[in-house]
Amino acid sequence: MAKILLEMKDITKTFPGVKALSNVNLKVEEGEVHALVGENGAGKSTLMNVLSGIYPYGSYEGDIVYDGEVCKFNKIKDSEAKGIVIIHQELALVPYMTIAENMFLGNERGKKFKINWNETNDLAAEYLKMVGLKEQPQVLIKDIGVGKQQLVEIAKAMAKKARLLILDEPTASLNEEDSKALLDLILKFKKEGLTSIIISHKLNEVSYVADKITVIRDGCTIETLTKGVDDFSESRIIKGMVGREIEDRFPKREKHIGDIKLEVKNWTAYHPVYFERKVVDNVNFNVRKGEIVGISGLMGAGRTELAMSIFGKCYGDKISGQTFIDGKEVHMNSVKEAIEHKLAYVTEDRKGNGLILSNSIKINTTLSNLKGVSKHKVINKDDEYAAAADYKQKLAIKCPTVEQNVGNLSGGNMQKVLLAKWMFADPDILILDEPTRGIDVGAKYEIYCIMNQLVAEGKSVIMISSEMPEILGMCDRIYVMNEGKIVGELDASEASQEAIMSHIIKAS
Amino acid sequence: MNNNKALDFVKKYTMVIVLVLVFAMFAITTGGDILLPANISNIISQNAYVFILATGMLLCILTGGNIDLSVGSVVCFVGAVGAKLMVEAGLNMYLVIIIMLAVGTAIGAFQAFWIAYVRIPPFIVTLAGMLAFRGLSNVVLNGMTVSIKDQKSFVDLFGGGANCYISDIFGFDGINGLCLIVGITCAAIFVFLQFKKRMTKVKKNYEVESAAAFWIKTCIIAATIVAFTFRLAQHKGIPTVLIWVCLVILVYGYITSNTTVGRAFYAVGGNEKATKLSGINTNKVYFLAYTNMGLLSALAAMVTIARLTSAQPTYGQNYEMDAIGSCFIGGASAYGGIGTVGGVIIGATLMGVINMGMSLMSVDANWQKVVKGAVLLAAVIFDVVSKRGKMLALD
Repeated sequence: MAKILLEMKDITKTFPGVKALSNVNLKVEEGEVHALVGENGAGKSTLMNVLSGIYPYGSYEGDIVYDGEVCKFNKIKDSEAKGIVIIHQELALVPYMTIAENMFLGNERGKKFKINWNETNDLAAEYLKMVGLKEQPQVLIKDIGVGKQQLVEIAKAMAKKARLLILDEPTASLNEEDSKALLDLILKFKKEGLTSIIISHKLNEVSYVADKITVIRDGCTIETLTKGVDDFSESRIIKGMVGREIEDRFPKREKHIGDIKLEVKNWTAYHPVYFERKVVDNVNFNVRKGEIVGISGLMGAGRTELAMSIFGKCYGDKISGQTFIDGKEVHMNSVKEAIEHKLAYVTEDRKGNGLILSNSIKINTTLSNLKGVSKHKVINKDDEYAAAADYKQKLAIKCPTVEQNVGNLSGGNMQKVLLAKWMFADPDILILDEPTRGIDVGAKYEIYCIMNQLVAEGKSVIMISSEMPEILGMCDRIYVMNEGKIVGELDASEASQEAIMSHIIKAS
Repeated sequence: MNNNKALDFVKKYTMVIVLVLVFAMFAITTGGDILLPANISNIISQNAYVFILATGMLLCILTGGNIDLSVGSVVCFVGAVGAKLMVEAGLNMYLVIIIMLAVGTAIGAFQAFWIAYVRIPPFIVTLAGMLAFRGLSNVVLNGMTVSIKDQKSFVDLFGGGANCYISDIFGFDGINGLCLIVGITCAAIFVFLQFKKRMTKVKKNYEVESAAAFWIKTCIIAATIVAFTFRLAQHKGIPTVLIWVCLVILVYGYITSNTTVGRAFYAVGGNEKATKLSGINTNKVYFLAYTNMGLLSALAAMVTIARLTSAQPTYGQNYEMDAIGSCFIGGASAYGGIGTVGGVIIGATLMGVINMGMSLMSVDANWQKVVKGAVLLAAVIFDVVSKRGKMLALD
């Protein structure tokens, strides 16, 4: 048995209100590719942040044993000094600097007050060759594609003399060809003795590249599978990721599905910056009264863009197509008009696009429907308080008073405030974008109950989600989206993860 | 009262406490001079323009920590135009007032257009305005002073000169009866409104502060109003400019705290994307903030030329800094979304008191600036650190 390079023992990490990791164990042998898989919010990235020192020693419990000694990293530099280098999902490159400058940022060649540019460029060229990137070191980052940028990140990591390379979703934004090249590069480095940890949602890639797979679910390590010993098939991995029986996780509801409420025809939208790129491509779909319709697909499939372009055209350029509500064509050119047509879009990014963290629950609740608590533009503060308190009770928002700032709430409670805000706007159609992202299982269940209650009241819900189990568990009908197109429509009775995936694969 | 509550209390009323302490300190060091009726009255008249401009500046800062650097120059320019029209064109006073307000608003709207709809950074647009309107003031005035001493009714209306007080109708000996009665009436109305608000809350079972805390707070504020007007009454009564200042405070205090428009300013500063997705036109919010700043600059211009009974190309210098400083000292957040008209008034008063106190102590004018700078820095450090919960931003 090869030497154990890294062992993380009983790691527990709590954030205010959420236990992100509980007693997680991870063992990585020298020279292997170890995959970390789990659903969104399972705690993979948190674990890697603990390892790399982003969450400093003392902010978590448990030990990190690396190369035989217990490590106490206080910052990223500490872990990098040991050869642990993490490459994040969002690339950390400065667009207006050259490849070489980026590669040695914070690790400059030469003297403190005189950078040796020749050495910088020569070394950069060497590392670029190592990763097989045919670009000059003097090229600006903004001028090369995402696939090449990912390679620059890896070259940068190699320049830091990495022994343990951590890749967080390295292929999330890459196309098939670039992904394959990247994975082969990892395998090539493995032969040269580099150890890697790869976090990925793409299970076919994981089974291709990994020697071992550790499954994390709800902040706990579930199992570690070894190539050649255990079953390495995708369905086996999914079983580990999803775990418990799906029936238990979703509340039941009686179905009372009515007429078509919203119908979208030939909807097309272009990227707001890269004008020639179609992000939504001739999409047709509908949702009925009292129905929950799911939109499934991988990240970057254009689901959020579709929703936001419908919701008052707040995303995209050159939008074309028709929208019908109750059979009549409507034009929603601004968010205000969309709200007036009783449409609501509950964003996936509750902190960035949804809530005003520095304001109270009360103020957030009424923001999209100030008319509901005001007369001649003057707010009736008593009515406002009453409305917020009412929703606090209805949605079981856990907080002492509605005067509390939203920024202090846990993810689940924030999500409830966001839902309260849009329910107070009294919409007939709600588009919920990743409504349960990053919140714990208990809060997820409560959100599902709220959704059931909404459709029981005769409203229509469109749920966008990357978590297939929840799409399967909650929806009456499922659309599958890929690269801006709807590539399949499934009834709940015939839907399964395999069916959804096969639609995506067939299309691409 | 346990420790936590005491801390919360200090945090909530920091600047009020500081104001009281500074007042007390100057009362000692000046041997009570700062409490003389004439000096109290002067704090108002000298700083009227700061109160007005700071209120407008608050709206700009609320939208995201954006400031308007052009206000000093705009005050000067609008004042110059007004003085010229009154003195040289001999236009009717009320017509001139309307023209001045219109010019101020137009300048505001011009700058606001670039900021709101073209999204040029406010710092750049207003820096350009600061330079341009300073230059234009010189052009309008030919670099000379225009005296408006003869425009008596204008000067009286905006509280300039030495004797612009509301005349007493009672004629008690040695004290201005009208002023006193107005003060007592205001205090009574304040107590009544507060009590009514509290009763509604109690009736609807909303949470309210304890009765003791409520009455202590209300009574202290009422007593301050009465004591303040009593001091004014001992001098010459209500300065006419106080009416304008109060009007601005009341109107903008109401708009920011009770209307949907006011709510939009806070929302944009708190999270612009979320506000946009809530169906609020964020461009319009920026436009309103800077257009309104132009309007209030025009009002400040009237107050300024009335007080100095002339228009000069150098007027209004550093006014923008006084206004911005008052906002931040008064608890407005440098990142936007947080701040109240009440807080800004406290901040402006604190600056005024420090000015007055140091002048009475005959501190050198240059050192006064140093002290004011230090106070501003300290206030913002306190704001940022108390919010972050720790002193240094270690990663």
